[in-house]
Amino acid sequence: MKRAIAGSLESNDVLITVKESDSLNITVKSIVYDFFHREIEKVIRDTLAELGVDKIDVTCEDKGALDYTIKARLTVAVQRMEEQQ
Amino acid sequence: MKNSIGRFVPEGFRPFTGSNEYKKQQRKLIPEKQCHDGFELLGSVSDMFDKLNIKDGMTLSFHHHLRNGDFVLNAVLEEIKKRNLKNIRLAPSSLFPQNASLVELMENGNVTEIYTDYVNGPVADAISNGKLQGMCVMYTHGGRPMAIESGSLHIDVAILATPAVDKEGNGSGFTGKSACGSLGYAVSDLKYADKVVLVTDNLVEHLENAQLEGKYVDYVVRMDAIGDPNGIVSGTTRITKDPVGLKIARDTTALLEEIGMIKDGLSMQTGAGGTSLAVAYYVKNRMLEKGIKGSFASGGITGYFTDMLEEGLFDELYDVQCFDLKAVQSIGKNSNHHAMSGSKYANPFDDNVVDKLDFVILGATEIDLDFNVNVTTDSHGKIMGGSGGHSDTAHGAKVTVITTNLIKSRLPIIKEKVTTVTTPGEDVDVLVTERGIAINPKRVDLLEKLKNSRLPIFTMQQLLEKAHSITGQPDKLVLSDKPVGVVVYRDGTVIDTLYKVN
Amino acid sequence: MRRSLLFIPGNNPAMLQNSDVFGSDAVIYDLEDAVSVTEKDAARVLVSQFLATTDNMPMEIVVRINGLDTDYYLKDIEAVVSDKIDTIMLPKAQVEDLNKLDKLLSAVEKQKKIKKHIGVLPIIELTASVLQINEIVRCPRVNGVLLGAEDLSSDLEVARTRQGNEILLPRMQIAYACAAHKIDAIDTPFTDTNDMDALKEDCKFVCNLGMNAKAAIHPNQIPTINSVFVPSDKLINWALRVEEAARRAAEKGLGVFSLDGKMVDKPVIMRAEKILEKARKYHLTDEEGGSL
Repeated sequence: MKRAIAGSLESNDVLITVKESDSLNITVKSIVYDFFHREIEKVIRDTLAELGVDKIDVTCEDKGALDYTIKARLTVAVQRMEEQQ
Repeated sequence: MKNSIGRFVPEGFRPFTGSNEYKKQQRKLIPEKQCHDGFELLGSVSDMFDKLNIKDGMTLSFHHHLRNGDFVLNAVLEEIKKRNLKNIRLAPSSLFPQNASLVELMENGNVTEIYTDYVNGPVADAISNGKLQGMCVMYTHGGRPMAIESGSLHIDVAILATPAVDKEGNGSGFTGKSACGSLGYAVSDLKYADKVVLVTDNLVEHLENAQLEGKYVDYVVRMDAIGDPNGIVSGTTRITKDPVGLKIARDTTALLEEIGMIKDGLSMQTGAGGTSLAVAYYVKNRMLEKGIKGSFASGGITGYFTDMLEEGLFDELYDVQCFDLKAVQSIGKNSNHHAMSGSKYANPFDDNVVDKLDFVILGATEIDLDFNVNVTTDSHGKIMGGSGGHSDTAHGAKVTVITTNLIKSRLPIIKEKVTTVTTPGEDVDVLVTERGIAINPKRVDLLEKLKNSRLPIFTMQQLLEKAHSITGQPDKLVLSDKPVGVVVYRDGTVIDTLYKVN
Repeated sequence: MRRSLLFIPGNNPAMLQNSDVFGSDAVIYDLEDAVSVTEKDAARVLVSQFLATTDNMPMEIVVRINGLDTDYYLKDIEAVVSDKIDTIMLPKAQVEDLNKLDKLLSAVEKQKKIKKHIGVLPIIELTASVLQINEIVRCPRVNGVLLGAEDLSSDLEVARTRQGNEILLPRMQIAYACAAHKIDAIDTPFTDTNDMDALKEDCKFVCNLGMNAKAAIHPNQIPTINSVFVPSDKLINWALRVEEAARRAAEKGLGVFSLDGKMVDKPVIMRAEKILEKARKYHLTDEEGGSL
């Protein structure tokens, strides 16, 4: 099964792990979970929609990343997974 | 009941009505404890419990000058546990991560009330999780001596770690293997507790300039070591290298200069945090460049300020607590480096030092649109600190500057309303962040001085919007309604309530 | 006109999001040396996503792409060139690279309908480039030249020294070539980020050679750099007096006049004007009331 990661666990960054899947599953862990988990999930869903991906496992370990970082890391993780043949 | 800033006050406490309201009251003093010559020397903490008949329900007080290296409080906690005493009221001036053994005593009902100025680590977590049966009462460094001298915080036994004790029972923190410098926070306990015990690892013949007078001392307990020097003071306290902190410090210094604070005779206080110290560094540079000489610096003292004293940039230092080794060394030898008591430092009813301050540089974990500052809890309402001298200096100083990052790990530091009010907005004048400065609209004098300034000055609302434009709007958190403690303002009134964390 | 240009590692979100607060005249988001080969893709996407969120940045936005001798530069250009940026910084630049980059940028500008004319900052870090400096400054889009002393000294196979004799020639060449073409001569970063006194000396030295800006590899270097690459108070005061005297002379119809017993003519007046232009840009004159 294909799997890829992008990002890091440095502060203000996020580590995104993506895996092939038959359905859409999003897991969010965040140091600001109580304040931003809805926003983080929304960014992940919107980014996947932009990338045209609807079936994937996304795990997000967030260290206080802003939206653009989450979007960038997820985009790269998906790219990296797709490049694996 | 709600207080004047709209915060809930639990039954049995007086509500906060304003930071100047204490001026309408008279100082209330209970008689000092009985004085006498000589003291009895005891061999152990256990002997002390026997001798003083320490029993259920008593209030035991401590100071925190040995900070995260203190052995004395933990030794007492162990004895309480061993004897399974119940309902002890603990009144340490601060609690640190190394006092974790207290958590078990809270759970078992050995300790049921805590009176302190500052608490972080496992004990803070446990209080926030509702492990304390009674309330945690959080004072300021000036409010605590006021509570003690007025009798509202009655102490049965003060158990005071003392790095040097002489034959007359005089105590000092200047010398000995556990030297910690000033013992300022112990002085009110010494004078007003029913019984006073000094705990030392260093008995000497005679002490000059002892900060603790032997006439108040009933017992001296000898221990092998009262603390771990590595935890007592840090080797050196350094200014931050974080570029954001330094940028904030530079802008703060530029602002102080524009409002005319950097002038001959200036008096100042900063916290020991990296950004606060960086302000001291830049202020020092400006003083040297302009040939300015200050009058005094005060508070917890670091090597930074002892260097400035030695370079002639200040006439005097008033030191309630030494933060590093350099400060400890200086206080023992430099006659212009004075040890002061917590009362002399910040008690609203004493002829105190904070009222003479020109400016103070303080931090914040949150600040709100009304300039109220929280340094007691995080944004979940979990306890992680306390006022210490925050509200005291903010009230006393002519200009109170809060320095903080606008955003920390995606959380905007500016809130519409702070989770917990530690220091009322009426005493906070300026906020400096890396993305702009806000001036309390009440300070029309400062706004007038800054009207042609090129510094990035905004309203608090604008700064809040700036933060939200970067982080997004954080979800609102619903706190529980079960009080676990109160934040007591320096005049003894309750400024806010601490709640159990969900 | 720049004094300071701050390098920000392209794959570091914490540094990206604070990059605009340090008062540098330009920020250089780095996709090249600050990014490991395994993270080139991540940095490229992160910087482009970051730039998409920015609006009215108070400084020039520069992106350092990977060199034209790598497999990355095309993707870099595709990802980051937009109306959000002002300038592309090109490593190991030679004349043929600059011409190629110009064509690439023209194509991307047209394709993405970019309103700006993106500038180029070549880095002189090959000995071959040093020999081409006079042509490099004439290449299209070039709005300044940065000396890259670390790579250059390694190409020359000499050690870098504090004193910097090994880079004296390119420093002077860049200063002259840039002055002749009225573009910025930007000095190599000072690599010891803790020694601000030595940084200041280094800035003063190249300032006296005629260079007018310096790149920084740490935000803490910015205040020092900004303070050196501006006219001194003494010079500003002199220029203000020349300006005032020239105004009065012009009223009387005099072309040449004297100030403090020295003759003042057109070149002197022009120098004073240049000093004041810079001083006013950075708010160093007291004319508006405030002070710094």
